[in-house]
Amino acid sequence: MSEKVIVKNIIKIFGSKPKLALKKLQAGWSKEKILKHTGQTVGVNNISFSVTEGEFFVIMGLSGSGKSTLIRCLNLLTKPTSGEIIVDGENIVKYDKNQLRNFRQKKVAMVFQNFGLLTHRTVLANVEYGLEIRNVDKEERRKIAQAALESVGLKGWENKMPNELSGGMQQRVGLARALANDPDILLMDEPFSALDPLIRREMQLELLEIQSKLKKTIIFITHDINEAFRLGDRVVVMKDGEIVQQGTPEEILNHPSDGYIEDFVKSIDRTKVIQVKHIMQKPNALISLKDGVRMAIREMQENSISSVFVVDKNRVLEGIVTIDDCVEAVKNNHFSLKELLRHDYYQAHEDDYIENLLENATKSKYPIVVLDDDQRLLGIIVRTSILSGLLPNNNVNL
Amino acid sequence: MNTFPEFFQIDLGIYIEAFVNWLTLHFQGFFNILTTIIKWIVFNIQNIIGIIPWFLWILLIFLCGWKIKNWKSGLSYSLMIFLIGLLGLWNEMIFTLSIVITAVILSIIIGIPIGIYMSYHPRLETWIHPLLDGMQTMPSFVYLIPAMIFFGLGTVPAVFATIIYSTPPCIRLTNLAIKRVPKEMREAAYSFGSSRWQVLTKVELPQAMPTIMAGINQTTMMAMSMVVVSSMIGAKGLGENVLIAINRSDIAMGFNSGISIVFLAIIIDRMTQMISQKYDNI
Repeated sequence: MSEKVIVKNIIKIFGSKPKLALKKLQAGWSKEKILKHTGQTVGVNNISFSVTEGEFFVIMGLSGSGKSTLIRCLNLLTKPTSGEIIVDGENIVKYDKNQLRNFRQKKVAMVFQNFGLLTHRTVLANVEYGLEIRNVDKEERRKIAQAALESVGLKGWENKMPNELSGGMQQRVGLARALANDPDILLMDEPFSALDPLIRREMQLELLEIQSKLKKTIIFITHDINEAFRLGDRVVVMKDGEIVQQGTPEEILNHPSDGYIEDFVKSIDRTKVIQVKHIMQKPNALISLKDGVRMAIREMQENSISSVFVVDKNRVLEGIVTIDDCVEAVKNNHFSLKELLRHDYYQAHEDDYIENLLENATKSKYPIVVLDDDQRLLGIIVRTSILSGLLPNNNVNL
Repeated sequence: MNTFPEFFQIDLGIYIEAFVNWLTLHFQGFFNILTTIIKWIVFNIQNIIGIIPWFLWILLIFLCGWKIKNWKSGLSYSLMIFLIGLLGLWNEMIFTLSIVITAVILSIIIGIPIGIYMSYHPRLETWIHPLLDGMQTMPSFVYLIPAMIFFGLGTVPAVFATIIYSTPPCIRLTNLAIKRVPKEMREAAYSFGSSRWQVLTKVELPQAMPTIMAGINQTTMMAMSMVVVSSMIGAKGLGENVLIAINRSDIAMGFNSGISIVFLAIIIDRMTQMISQKYDNI
């Protein structure tokens, strides 16, 4: 995959004499010293990262960490004081007025924390806005806008005014408006922070679904570490205008670079971050139907387990047999496994979060089986591995 | 009593006077053109208003009041204007109305762009604000003098003086309205690649409309309040009757024309207010 956005040494200084402060900053002055002596505020200090095409990239930080400034640099709503932002090989910081408008119209769209909807326009007219600016003709933009609204589940709300809608629905309008423009890059500035937790959760899932369908490059800002880890392919943690750590959620979770990140990670609900694939194990024993009951008993005894999964030659799961059933069958001279197969096990997908497994894990007599889309067995999860996965600093196989 | 030292005094007014004289001398042509334009506008508005017969006016006002509120207010407004006619001041009212309408139109044309420009240039604001304060608090008689010198007697200096007095609220509220457009809304518009003009016409002005309308309502009211003052330099209309009544100490005549001004003001105020409320539901 190619690098879609490369950010190189971005610095943003707020105030009337940014150039002066920039010099001082480059001379090694601290931000506090610069603020005290020149009155200039360093909003974003020397940030570099790159985002690959189709990636879900999350920038996380508390308020005042410079994350909103940073994302506004990416479509030049805020012009960085120094540094380069390279999108598709072009340095957008150098763009003139027309190039910039063209870039904003075609390549990038933004979703805002407080939605930024035009309250004097209907929902449909809001979604049409970007297309209207691009001079798409009326019929067509209506069609595109309607499709966009439908994709976020707002069909039938076209002619309402934005403030007649709930917060969640308003943000759907914001999302539809961004999607209607069909941008390569979606900038999302704390889009779900203003929503209540249930709606937020729902919106996160929907966003992931949209992302898997449309494969946009998403740069997403949040102050919520759970949200960051849940959504992000990669996460950047910011503090005081600087990057503290970047990496995949698992890397950050298991190898926090300093105390600041550690404090964050403590607050995180690991059940929402750790996925099935991180804790599943290779089954010690597997048998196939033709192996027969005696073979099954032997396998279970050797591995001291009370049940074993049965697969065919392609590892497609057939069922599970228990040792009790097998022993009973041998007593009655039944040697075919087929009749002993049970199907009351629980299954999971390797991308599931263990949060969703907990209930089944407590109910199930057997290990939870992990299957791929073709019903092939990838691994199993026993209860103890769920528990150990929840312990912090326990390097489960991430 | 302590007195301020005499040698320490200056006369600021003579410089203004010199400036006015200089303007009169060098810009007479410009003022003549202005005079012609304003005269033309007032004349045409007067004709348009005058062409509608009085009973149609009453009906029209009834219908307007009915449409924007209810039939009761329609009835009371039409009764008010009927009463002005009964008092024998119909023609005076038409004169007054045409001066007020001209002044308001010109105030809007001048005020809204200045208000917008100011909101884009915050530094300019620090200069314009005291100027606006001055325009509103300087006793209006004071600028009647140069107005008279520039434009002679009659309708035109009256319109000029009215504009000076009634433009500030329009500027102020337009400026305020544009500045109050939520930051994110503006950012959203820019993030889709809007030009400055598109942001202004598609986002800022529609958002600002209710407040701008409130400004226009205030401008109209201020213009109405200048009616009597401008009659001092020979503008015809209801104000002239008040002035005559003062000179003659004629209580009856004073009351008749005074109450007519009040009625006219109420009608105009309610009508413009309703228009601004229509924009309010966004």
